Amino acid sequence: MTSTVTKSATREAYGQVLVELGREDPNIVVLGGDLNKSTGTWAFAQQFPERFFDLGAAEQNIMGIAAGLASAGKTVFASTFAVFGTGRPYDQIRLSIAQPGLNVKIVVTHAGIITGEDGMSAQSIEDIALMCALPTFTVVVPADAPETAAAVREAARTQGPWYIRLGRPATPVVHQDGYRFHLGRAEQLKGGSDVTVIACGVMVSAALEAAEVLEGQGVRCRVLNMATLKPTDEEAIIRAAKETGALVTAEEHYIHGGLNSIVCQAVGRLCPVPVEPVALTRYAESGDPSGLLRKYGLTAEDVVAAVRRALSRRG
Amino acid sequence: MTNVKHAGAGGKQPATTAASATPAEVSVSPGHARRAEELAERDLKQVARTLRRNILVSIAAAGSGHPGGSLSAVETLVALYYKVMRHDPSNPRWPERDRFVLSKGHAAPVLYAVLADCGYFPPQELLTLRKLDSRLQGHAHIMTPGVEMSAGSLGQGLSFGIGQALAARIDGRAYRVYVLLGDGECDEGQVWEAAMSAAHYRLDNLVAVVDRNRIQNDRFTSEVMELEPLAEKWRAFGWSVEEVDGHSIRDILLALKQAQGVKGKPSCIIAHTVKGKGVSFMENNPAFHGKAPTREELRQALEELGV
Ligand SMILES: Cc1ncc(C[n+]2csc(CCOP(=O)(O)OP(=O)(O)O)c2C)c(N)n1
Repeated sequence: MTSTVTKSATREAYGQVLVELGREDPNIVVLGGDLNKSTGTWAFAQQFPERFFDLGAAEQNIMGIAAGLASAGKTVFASTFAVFGTGRPYDQIRLSIAQPGLNVKIVVTHAGIITGEDGMSAQSIEDIALMCALPTFTVVVPADAPETAAAVREAARTQGPWYIRLGRPATPVVHQDGYRFHLGRAEQLKGGSDVTVIACGVMVSAALEAAEVLEGQGVRCRVLNMATLKPTDEEAIIRAAKETGALVTAEEHYIHGGLNSIVCQAVGRLCPVPVEPVALTRYAESGDPSGLLRKYGLTAEDVVAAVRRALSRRG
Repeated sequence: MTNVKHAGAGGKQPATTAASATPAEVSVSPGHARRAEELAERDLKQVARTLRRNILVSIAAAGSGHPGGSLSAVETLVALYYKVMRHDPSNPRWPERDRFVLSKGHAAPVLYAVLADCGYFPPQELLTLRKLDSRLQGHAHIMTPGVEMSAGSLGQGLSFGIGQALAARIDGRAYRVYVLLGDGECDEGQVWEAAMSAAHYRLDNLVAVVDRNRIQNDRFTSEVMELEPLAEKWRAFGWSVEEVDGHSIRDILLALKQAQGVKGKPSCIIAHTVKGKGVSFMENNPAFHGKAPTREELRQALEELGV
């Protein structure tokens, strides 16, 4: 079913665009933590060795140094795996970067359970909650490689702290190359008036697949790509709630503090309608990415089932 | 399918394939340590070879994992599990057991190979490494019998070991705590916070072994982050420090024995090792930090090991 879908790794798109940005803007500095051959920052390190610093496995130090560079006027990209770039140096991010609102872009890879065989210690399922809890941070979860490239470019030309969440494996591509990223705006990928699925990251392609299945069953399903979680496009959420009357959220993250929480917060305040979550409810384990998505309920079929629940609750 | 092999707790049985290893062969009682005392150095070398085989076979079956830092630590674990530590595979939570904490959790395959060989679980389970529904997670997790600490985020094991060592003191228990750290792992600030506190509390029931294989994830430690003078750093933090050839079981045993005699301070053993030890194309090769051997590479590796 998915065999015809083009796949591409978001971290590779990141590595490529970082080199382009390095060429265009001498002010860009990149920091890594002994994972540069995995995060995509290695190409930048090779081409711009004077603007690249590997701090080793010392993430707290990375964030502190990023803050210092940014305060001296640099645009800093700091990259490691999602777990090591959020929870580990959280207080350093909070105090040194978030509170002064410095121009540091924390771009992490290997997020979510699709990081796979390394197991739960490596599977970041809490990072969106952590980063959304920092008031000054912009939080972006690109759906695919083209959106990653566009979002990273947008980050480079926008002041302030950003968090961009990328994955390890190649994942389905839903956008064309040259796609334009609109910060803070949900992207409608498919129209529909019966129900809306709001998704981010790898779940966007699952949502589109689910919408196609539902279409065949006579359910007109709107699909929104909520790549920017913060600042939140509440207008698009409320419009969907008003026009379709039932929502499903789909994210590869723990159910607390991520997309579902964000959507519920908006509709609870402005337009209460049923909201059914597709999200993780516990820590996962080692395994292959697609097996994990199945076992932990993050497939297109799970989205379809959630849509059915949302529709029956709406009545 | 390439089978795992059972070295035998005493290394006395001829190596057998995993499928033919019966529970009676693998189970080891509290008397294990006593029996292990009879193990000659020759036998331990054979055990080490078989463990290397099982590390490679399990990682190859998984299709991913960390061979380099698993292979470099084999002799350290052999010395501890077969000669030094009091432990009971039939009772993994035995309160008096000596503790082994794998801080560099990505080297789980070496720990799994040892635990299986000692009888904590059947060796054929090694072939489930990293697969869905397996008890053998990609990074060490306490769901595996015999694993003390869930790890995977570097730098946390020494603090954990200090907690266990302090508990031994509070409870008046005689067990000792052994923590295995990577050298790249010593980049983490928490390692040095822990080092300072272990000396402050005079934890002479605590031993840290640093697997000094000189390579971390991407590159050599000297390229990523200079650690030298490493022994002097540990000394400056108040530890008793020994440097040994980390592939000489005899030298490791001597250092561990010496550590038992140190009073009033924790001991650090810097084990000078070769990352990927035992397989020519993995030795000293950063590429095999976190990459599984292909089928052909596995064949060649097993041929070199001769097991
Ligand atoms: C906090 C943290 N940061 C980064 C990593 C990613 N990582 C896994 S292994 C590794 C290198 C470790 O090197 P070393 O401690 O020398 O291990 P060894 O060579 O013995 O395998 C890195 C950076 C991690 N697991 N945890």
